[in-house]
Amino acid sequence: MAESPRPYTLVAELTYRCPLRCVYCSNPVDFARHGDGLDTEAWLRIFREAEELGVVQLNLTGGEPLLRRDLERLVEAARGLDLYTNLITSGIPLTRERLAGLKARGLDNVQVSIQDVTAAASDRIAGLTSFDRKLEVARWVKELGLPLTLNTVLHRENLDRLGEVVALAESLAADRLELANTQYLGWALVNRAALLPTREQLDRAREVARAARARLRGQMEVLFVTPDYYAEFPKSCMDGWGRRFIVVAPDGLVLPCHAAHTLPGLSFDNANDRSLAEIWESSAAFGAFRGEAWMPEPCRSCDRREIDYGGCRCQAFQLTGNAAATDPVCPLSPDHGLVTDARRAALAPASGPLQYRVADPTRR
Amino acid sequence: MTTISLDTRPRLAAKARLRWDRKDERFMLLYPERGLVLNPTAADVVKLCTGELTVGAIVDQLASRYASQPREAVEREVLDFLTRMAERGLVTGADA
Repeated sequence: MAESPRPYTLVAELTYRCPLRCVYCSNPVDFARHGDGLDTEAWLRIFREAEELGVVQLNLTGGEPLLRRDLERLVEAARGLDLYTNLITSGIPLTRERLAGLKARGLDNVQVSIQDVTAAASDRIAGLTSFDRKLEVARWVKELGLPLTLNTVLHRENLDRLGEVVALAESLAADRLELANTQYLGWALVNRAALLPTREQLDRAREVARAARARLRGQMEVLFVTPDYYAEFPKSCMDGWGRRFIVVAPDGLVLPCHAAHTLPGLSFDNANDRSLAEIWESSAAFGAFRGEAWMPEPCRSCDRREIDYGGCRCQAFQLTGNAAATDPVCPLSPDHGLVTDARRAALAPASGPLQYRVADPTRR
Repeated sequence: MTTISLDTRPRLAAKARLRWDRKDERFMLLYPERGLVLNPTAADVVKLCTGELTVGAIVDQLASRYASQPREAVEREVLDFLTRMAERGLVTGADA
C-alpha cells in the first residue's frame, strides 16, 4: 500500500453551538445531534498528534469557537507546538480584553465574518442582531496588531454589493478578504432557491473581485471562491479526500471534510478512541475515496482525475444519493442536469422563505 | 504595494511566520490558510527581513556568506524574491 499523504491543516471544530443562525451554515443540518464530546485534554492531544503527522496550520472554528471557555488554553498549546493558529469566528461574543488575551497567548490570525455591508442585510442572513458588534471586533483585531481576514459568504442577495464589501474591508484595513460564494450543501441546499445567484450576477461580481485583487495587490489578498454550481469543472474538494486536511468535529469524529459524517455507509472513528495517526493512515473511512480506485466513469479515465479527484463527495451524495458518483457539477456527469436545472431556476425571482439554522428543522 | 529596491528596509508582514518544518527538514513561511516552502537562501533572506536592514545590507550579508556566487547574482536573486513576496503581501517595507 502506498505511503499515506501528509496532512498540512487541522480544522478543529470546537463546538457546533453558535449564537448566529446563518441560512448557509456549513455545519450539518443535524448539528444538534453532535454535542461537545472533547474536553480540553483531548483537544490538546489531538493538536500534538496532528503536529506529529505534519500539520502546520490550525483552524479553530465551529460553530462559534469563542463559546469554548478553554479557548485560551487551546491557543497557547497550539502556539507552543508552532502551529499557525487561525481563529475563525463570528466575533460574538467577545470583549477586547479577551481578544488581547488570545493574542498574548500567540494567536496568529483572526478571521471575522460579515454577512453583508449593512446591519439590516447582514443581520437578516445571520438571524441575529450582530453587524455593528462584528465591525467593532474587526477594529479591535487591527488595533491589537493582529492580522485580520474578513470573510463574506456570497449569494444572490449580496453579490451585487461586492464593491461595497471590498470598500468595507479596505476601511477596516483587512489583510485578507475571503469572498466565498455559498456552496450548496447542508443548510445552503435547504435554502438554495433563495440563495443561488444567476450566472450574470456572478460574472459581474467576479469582475469586481478581479479588479480589486489587481488594485490591492500586496496590500490585501482578495480571494474569490466560485460556487461549484457555476464552475466549469468540479473543484478539488479539500484538495482531495484524506490528502491534506483533517477535520475533527465537536463530538470527536475525525473527518476528511466538515460534512463527511453526513455520508451514509461510512463509519468514522472518534478521536477519543484511536490516535489521529491510526485514523489518518489506516481507517476505512479515510481510505474510502482516497486515490482513484473508487472512481466511477467518467472520472476513472478522465484527464482531470488527478486535478479534481472527482470533486465533492458530499455534493455527489446530497444531489444524487450516491456518495461515489461523479460530482454532478461536472459537465461529464450523467447527473449534470440537476445542476443546470438549478441554474435555470435561478433565473426566476428568488423563491421560498429563508430557513434559519435551527436545532430541529422543519424543512418542508 | 511596496516596491523593492536596494534601499528598502523589508519587514516580514504581521500575518506571516517562518517555521522550521522538522517533518521534511526545510523552512516554511506560514500565513492564513497557506504555506510556502522556502529554499535555504530564501529562508536566510526572510530571517533578515526585520525592518532594520536595507535590501543592500541583506545582499552584502548573503554575498559574504555564499562567497562562491557573484554579488550581482545574489543581488538579482534577493530582489526577485522580495518583489514576489511583496506582491503576495508577505513583505512590506519603507525606503531608507
